[in-house]
Amino acid sequence: MALEDTTRSKSDSGPSLLNAIAAWPVRVLFTILDVPLRGLQRLLGIRAMPYVFILPNLAFFGLFVVVPLFINFAFSVTGGTNLYLDDRPFVGLEQYGFLFDCGNYLDPTTCREDRFWRGVFNTFTFVFFQVSLIVLFSLITALILNREIRGRGFFRAAFFFPVLLSPVVVALIWKWILLRDGVLNAFLVSMGLDPVLYFVSPTWSMFWAIFVSVWAHMGFYTLILLAGLQAIPPDLYEAAEMDGTKRERVFFRITLPLLWPNMLVVIVLALIKAVQIFDEVFVLTGGGPGTATQFIVQYIYTTGFSNQVQNFGLAAAASVVLGVVLFVLTLLQLAASRRKDEA
Amino acid sequence: MKNRLHMTLAMGVAALGLMAGNALAETELRMTWYNDGIEGEVMRGILDKFEADNPDIKVTLDVVPYKAILESLPVQLAAGEGPDIARVTDLGGLSKYYMDLTPYISDPAYWEENFGPFLKWLRQPGDTSSISGFMTQLTVTGPYVNKTLFEQAEVEMPGEGATWDDWAKASKEVADKLDIPIPMAWDRSGHRVAGPAISMGAKMFDADGEPALVDDGLKLMATKLYDWHQDGTMAKELWGSVSGSQYLGANEDFANAKVVMYMSGSWQIPQFADTIGDAFDWWAVPAPCGPAACTGMPGGASLVALKTSKHPEEVGKLMDYLSSEEVLGEFYGKTLFIPGHLGLASKGVDFATDDPRAKHALSTFSSAVPSISPIAFDLQGYVNNRVMFNALISRLGEAIVGELTLDQAFDRMTQDVEQQIAEKKRGG
Repeated sequence: MALEDTTRSKSDSGPSLLNAIAAWPVRVLFTILDVPLRGLQRLLGIRAMPYVFILPNLAFFGLFVVVPLFINFAFSVTGGTNLYLDDRPFVGLEQYGFLFDCGNYLDPTTCREDRFWRGVFNTFTFVFFQVSLIVLFSLITALILNREIRGRGFFRAAFFFPVLLSPVVVALIWKWILLRDGVLNAFLVSMGLDPVLYFVSPTWSMFWAIFVSVWAHMGFYTLILLAGLQAIPPDLYEAAEMDGTKRERVFFRITLPLLWPNMLVVIVLALIKAVQIFDEVFVLTGGGPGTATQFIVQYIYTTGFSNQVQNFGLAAAASVVLGVVLFVLTLLQLAASRRKDEA
Repeated sequence: MKNRLHMTLAMGVAALGLMAGNALAETELRMTWYNDGIEGEVMRGILDKFEADNPDIKVTLDVVPYKAILESLPVQLAAGEGPDIARVTDLGGLSKYYMDLTPYISDPAYWEENFGPFLKWLRQPGDTSSISGFMTQLTVTGPYVNKTLFEQAEVEMPGEGATWDDWAKASKEVADKLDIPIPMAWDRSGHRVAGPAISMGAKMFDADGEPALVDDGLKLMATKLYDWHQDGTMAKELWGSVSGSQYLGANEDFANAKVVMYMSGSWQIPQFADTIGDAFDWWAVPAPCGPAACTGMPGGASLVALKTSKHPEEVGKLMDYLSSEEVLGEFYGKTLFIPGHLGLASKGVDFATDDPRAKHALSTFSSAVPSISPIAFDLQGYVNNRVMFNALISRLGEAIVGELTLDQAFDRMTQDVEQQIAEKKRGG
């Protein structure tokens, strides 16, 4: 017993010494900061201090988010190809007028800027299918991973792994699989079937754009739903079991209602991300065939940067339109988060 | 011991002082460069020699992807943050950023004499005298064929004066006989289509010299391209698989013997010599004919001095060195590029290859230069030519995949060109 005590005290003294060493620079920093902060508090009053603490973050946010937003808007009311605002002529809302000049909004071929509208329709299609599928598969995966299955830890890691990959890497891997001489076609040929040219068909291209995006991102949403599932009190399930409630009824009456706040967050987050889709699909399909997988962000990029005449004004106007859509979605997300907190 | 330590310290301080002195005296020039083949290595070797002769100048070669030359460099230049020198292909489009080297080069007459016809490609409209750079390569667009496949299929290669239809038919026959996936492939590039369109009678400009992309000649060529994609002569993987004006080449498919005929240009020679070698007979053939001409498009890459440079004198010195007949002869010879130096073109360049295919290709493309249509030269020198090329390629691509009818595509081409040029005129 005595030996045991000695061992414990030895092992305890190690981490505490390490902690003390690690804490030392922090203490020094606090001591240094203490004097000016106390002075500042005396000067501004204690009520102003929270603002002082968030000021560095606010400054970064302002500099890299708010200021660019205003600059972008300023660009959207100018024309020409000069880079600096001073050199660009003011054109009012002309760029917006150009974007929205349509004979029939449901038929992009009647619009002056048909590519913008095709981008809008493609984005809408992508968002509808991608978000629906991502919510569905994330939910199914979370439900399975929440059960006592063998290798649960491995599967949780495996489903989350693609989230860690760069979108470009994801797209390149799938491109390698899907090209004419790719792995999938090699498999089809080995089975005696004809190879399929996936990137030549608009339907297949959209299918793979959605599939790859779901594959790459569902791990993140699965994790959110898994956390929600684990927060549901187990005694509710036990009570249901004692009452002999059917599985479907348990799912629809207990799991889904209690998981709904998390689901709402997942839906809104997935919506925001899907509307911004660009990099992985651009690398995977290049926006083609034709403009079948060209989304709004690619339209903005092409208009502003990859054409010989770099039409920053038109690209900025399209960005403002996209910004408005994202703003609405963000409001939805805030409302959803509030509802979750209340729940 | 103490003395030795002092001595070592003193020597160390002296060495540091010398290094700092050198660093202070050294001017660093940055050259933005892209590679089609081995030209980056060749240029680095030449720059090393220049640095040895001029120890006060260090030249950093920033090798970037070609896409960065087309998309990032213009933004850099517009922001005033460009390099000292760059290798560019949008010769006229970037001309407002070029430095006039005339005060900084030793013999402007030499430049006029040897680069005269190409200097005007680098000038702004109305400018008749500035000297901004020289051609690192003159290129001519034209087709390559896999001669071995023709021989294996026992199909005769169309001879001199053959039309695009003759070649399309023959290539399809070879592909069908040997089960080759792609009978004919063209780079997805407006520049590649322009030559054949001019052969079909496209004028590209109206009587006032304003751009007029869509006319009967262009429609004829575009319709052929459209039809070939529908009947399987051309695979939709290139023209139909991406959007907008994105460039796609079929060089790798051709090198892997998956293409019978490949429309590209002379810049592929060093790459094919390297990657294909003698695996099969890759053969450059003269530009097929149309009712108006048998022409390809001239073009190329130019090394230009940029206004953003803070060291114009050193840039002038370097450009003088690089443009000298001796240095350029070495560069063209090792890279297998068609010379953009008139003196060397007439004397002939000693190309560093024994490959009969490469030699034949070099000879084919070099001899095509005199037959290039004047319209093609004008188009190449036109500052907004990429606006026309991009409109052509993006709208034709949309027609090929069925998003637009051909007539709708032609209307959109005209609108795109008008809208973009109007935007440019508004300020830029």
